[in-house]
Amino acid sequence: MELLYKIFVDPFVQMGGAPDLLVQTLWEGFVSGVLYSLIALGFVLIFKASGVFNFAQGIMVVFAALTLVGLYQKGVPAFVALGLTILVMLALAVAVERLVLKPLVNQPDIILFMATFGLTYLLIGLGQLLFGGEPKVMIAQELFLPKGSIDFPMLGGFVSLQKIDIAAAVIASAMVAGLAVFFQRTRIGRALRAVADSHKAALSVGISLEQIWVIVWFASGIVALTTGIMWGARSQVEFSLQIIALKALPVLILGGFTSIPGAIVGGIIIGVGEKLGEFYWGPLLGNGIESWLAYVIALVFLLFRPQGLFGEKIIERV
Amino acid sequence: MKADVKPKPVVGGEVATGDVLLAVDNVSLSFGGVRAIRGVSFDIRKGEIRAIIGPNGAGKTSMLNVINGFYHPQEGTITYKGVRRRDMRPYIAASQGIARTFQNVALFKGMTTLDNIMTGRTLKMRRGLLAHALHYGPARWEETRHREAVEQIIDFLEIAHIRRTPVGRLPYGLQKRVELGRALAMEPELLLLDEPMAGMNLEEKQDMCRFILTTKDTFNTTIALIEHDMGVVMDLSDRVVVLDYGRKIADGTPAEVQGNQDVIDAYLGVAR
Repeated sequence: MELLYKIFVDPFVQMGGAPDLLVQTLWEGFVSGVLYSLIALGFVLIFKASGVFNFAQGIMVVFAALTLVGLYQKGVPAFVALGLTILVMLALAVAVERLVLKPLVNQPDIILFMATFGLTYLLIGLGQLLFGGEPKVMIAQELFLPKGSIDFPMLGGFVSLQKIDIAAAVIASAMVAGLAVFFQRTRIGRALRAVADSHKAALSVGISLEQIWVIVWFASGIVALTTGIMWGARSQVEFSLQIIALKALPVLILGGFTSIPGAIVGGIIIGVGEKLGEFYWGPLLGNGIESWLAYVIALVFLLFRPQGLFGEKIIERV
Repeated sequence: MKADVKPKPVVGGEVATGDVLLAVDNVSLSFGGVRAIRGVSFDIRKGEIRAIIGPNGAGKTSMLNVINGFYHPQEGTITYKGVRRRDMRPYIAASQGIARTFQNVALFKGMTTLDNIMTGRTLKMRRGLLAHALHYGPARWEETRHREAVEQIIDFLEIAHIRRTPVGRLPYGLQKRVELGRALAMEPELLLLDEPMAGMNLEEKQDMCRFILTTKDTFNTTIALIEHDMGVVMDLSDRVVVLDYGRKIADGTPAEVQGNQDVIDAYLGVAR
């Protein structure tokens, strides 16, 4: 009885008792949710166009951030380093298309998936070789990202918003909106969806698979760079950051592997759910539930809606 | 090959009606130990309907795949519009005006009829990526202009009522029609149809025949088609090439081919 009270009543009493804390928790959940969305978006782009689950997405986040900071430490001015990093991500996209995707075209998906494992370790090695393995501080100020926090009184207490979190939310939203427009409303978007459905039909109307692949890998490289900067600014740039990419998995299950809006909504649900769970229900289970709650939510979803919230329903004729 | 009326070949550019649009010369294709096509030569003339027939496994679809560059033959050449090549590439084929449909319908199932047919305009859209992303003036105007062309095709194929339906939900006969529409949107010079009537009932077949004939007459499109329905083949085609076990066994008008003993043997089997 007491347990039931603690699960179903007490958390809500707490929420009602300290609404400012609730708002704070929701905000923090929202911000990490937006960042999860960004990572998931990187996955979705590549999955839509090539049917490949890109295991290397996490390390791409780290690699991009590392390249940026590493170049800066080697004496390159911040914005030049940013430009160079963008070029590096473009080079990476071209290299992946030439050296990985093209030779493996028409191979089963699992082969391509394994190839992205190889890519992961290659990028880990390359990153360490070029810039060293020690944690680095993101050059947030040099890139004119705001620092500090804004506190404002609210609901009988006060809520504190980190400026970098606000910037992250704004930039991520702009990026998501931009990509959504690009991929929904342009001929490239149509070509992308076409490639996702049938390679041979796409080829027969003159869509270039190579071009599409480079575009999506570059787009997800840029998404990775943005995520890397934001996440790096909130903590540090280190190789363990790639673990957060695994959080994209429940996000994708929730949102559907092929849906851009799904990645966004899924990310926010997971981010907010995680923080609320940790804060209000965590003490019941000895805390630390943040690390696994997302997967449980995803599991429940798989039972009831395997195609995700927004996933395209699989229509199969038999 | 018969030595009589040999149409003059053309070098590059425009091909006049009756001249050779495409010629495959001594093409051989094998997959490992399987020899799918063995030294086949034939030509397709501008403005004709050329049927490719033969029993199952004769190499008909492989031949279409060679023509539009999905397969690269080990031997032989392909001459299209006067340009001789060792093999085709899908992109070159598409940009040079070769469109096709597939035996088992290869549509973009999640997309609507309209979007599927719009993909046929891909190579005709020339505005840059950025312009499209921003959706500004000329790019938007371009989209509208291509929409008009596509709407005409939709009207022609009588599929206006399903233009907003995701094609995965459509019955098979209509999917085949949408696929034809996508190929027509490319405004092809050479249209390759792989069993356009397969799995259709009589009425649907008649509709499809009508569309094919109208396409040929209105747009002067050259058509190569694979078909198993002999009635359709004899009615539609100007000339027929017959393949069996990867070899060419006959080539000529429908009447000539019909009377050919090798063809009859290939279809009915023969005691050896």
